[in-house]
Amino acid sequence: MKSQQLERWSPWLLLVATLLIWQALCWAFSVSEFVFPSPLRIWEQMVEFRDVIAAHAWRTYWVTMAGFGIAIVVGVLLGFVIGSSRLAYAAVYPLMTAFNALPKAAFVPILVVWFGIGIGPAILTAFLISFFPIMVNIATGLATLEPELEDVLRVLGARRWDVLVKVGLPRSMPYFYGSLKVAITLAFVGTTVSEMTAANEGIGYLLISAGSAMQMGLAFAGLVVVGAMAMVMYELFSYVEKHTTAWAHRGSQSH
Amino acid sequence: MSEPNFVDFQNVWLAYNEELLAQNHFAVEDINLQVKQGEFIAIVGPSGCGKSTFMKLTTGLKRPSRGTIHVDGQAVNGPLKISGMAFQAPSLLPWRTTLDNVLLPLEIVEPFRSQFKSRRAEFEARAIELLRSVGLGGYERKFPWQLSGGMQQRASICRALIHEPKMLLLDEPFGALDAFTREELWCALRDLWQEKRFNVILVTHDLRESVFLADTVYVMSKSPGRFVVRREIDLPRPRDLEVTYTPEFTDIVHELRGHIGAMRKTGAPLEQ
Repeated sequence: MKSQQLERWSPWLLLVATLLIWQALCWAFSVSEFVFPSPLRIWEQMVEFRDVIAAHAWRTYWVTMAGFGIAIVVGVLLGFVIGSSRLAYAAVYPLMTAFNALPKAAFVPILVVWFGIGIGPAILTAFLISFFPIMVNIATGLATLEPELEDVLRVLGARRWDVLVKVGLPRSMPYFYGSLKVAITLAFVGTTVSEMTAANEGIGYLLISAGSAMQMGLAFAGLVVVGAMAMVMYELFSYVEKHTTAWAHRGSQSH
Repeated sequence: MSEPNFVDFQNVWLAYNEELLAQNHFAVEDINLQVKQGEFIAIVGPSGCGKSTFMKLTTGLKRPSRGTIHVDGQAVNGPLKISGMAFQAPSLLPWRTTLDNVLLPLEIVEPFRSQFKSRRAEFEARAIELLRSVGLGGYERKFPWQLSGGMQQRASICRALIHEPKMLLLDEPFGALDAFTREELWCALRDLWQEKRFNVILVTHDLRESVFLADTVYVMSKSPGRFVVRREIDLPRPRDLEVTYTPEFTDIVHELRGHIGAMRKTGAPLEQ
């Protein structure tokens, strides 16, 4: 019981320990807040600018969710096509891998030319960076179907569609939810990176403007907020995953 | 000829693709097989001898390169919907309860498919009855991963039988089970078959299993995959597990063992 409690609280303990050490180092060496602000200073700035930060954070949040929503739709559809057809798999997969290797930040200037400064580039960057894991996981779930199981159904006269709907899709659900957890954190990266150069709102913009005004505490506060939002969304999908596909996680629960 | 054969293989050859066909490299060769209505046959042979290929031919998942196959009076040109299959791995779907796993074929095969919603209660009752008959009463709402290996295999056999197929194909269904569970399942299968009298084709490498369960045992050789011996098992039915300890039983097993042993010796140089 005790070790379970410890495990549960361990991330918080680690966080508190890190903050304490950080604070102590800043005091001990009297580090200038323009170089590396202390946690207390970041907290002060966060409280002082809470309205500004909240507005930018909200913008970043909904832009990310919009991009993430598109990523789910496109990722699931592409994954479905790739996973259910060997030809499509062979044709699309290498190109997608090459595309995924491109730094998405490099797309931002192009997107600005196409869509102007604002939400367009941010939503699309969030989408571009996060659809890949979703697509790959759906495709993997579908493509790794046990041949015996397929035979059992085909003998009954099952059409490809039946096999996909009755077996393929439910089977790839754990992969799907797993990929959402990864994808949502990537989507925040995409939005923030895009906002840094191609927006007048959002946490990314806040980071750049605070940085150029030497308000390091505020810039760090922005980072903390993005991290917190990504973590909350990660935990949310983690919860959904556990409660919808419990059968795939039975190993971790004792009977 | 008193009655038409239920399964009829006439000079069936199969190469897996065009290239192998051109090289005259066949997975199974010159298969001739006649199975009567309601007969229980077993096919034994070393692993990799084309037993599973034979199953695929029978169910219509593969078409022969040469020869013809008739099942139940019809030429086999595609998947047969009158058959059910079970494999060594139970391959139950972990997100479905045992009951829903057993019901799966009814969601796919006609005419049940179109009636599934309206007759669901009736189908469920049938599935529960079937599960009960193999000793899985009370486990309907459990998930497969909450069952033991033997229980999963029972459920898998129920899934193969729920749509009342005329033919049951079993590909080493008891291969992964311990000896006691295996014998229990032999009896479960024997009872189901005695009651419903569907045709069974059992692929196995357990000679005792084949002799205990089957009416006729076929021995298959490896590369080329051919039927080399046909042995009728004339032990009286219904057979009790005790029969496996009688001299008659042991003699038959020995005889079959001899065929396989001889084949392994002569077959070895062919493999290169």
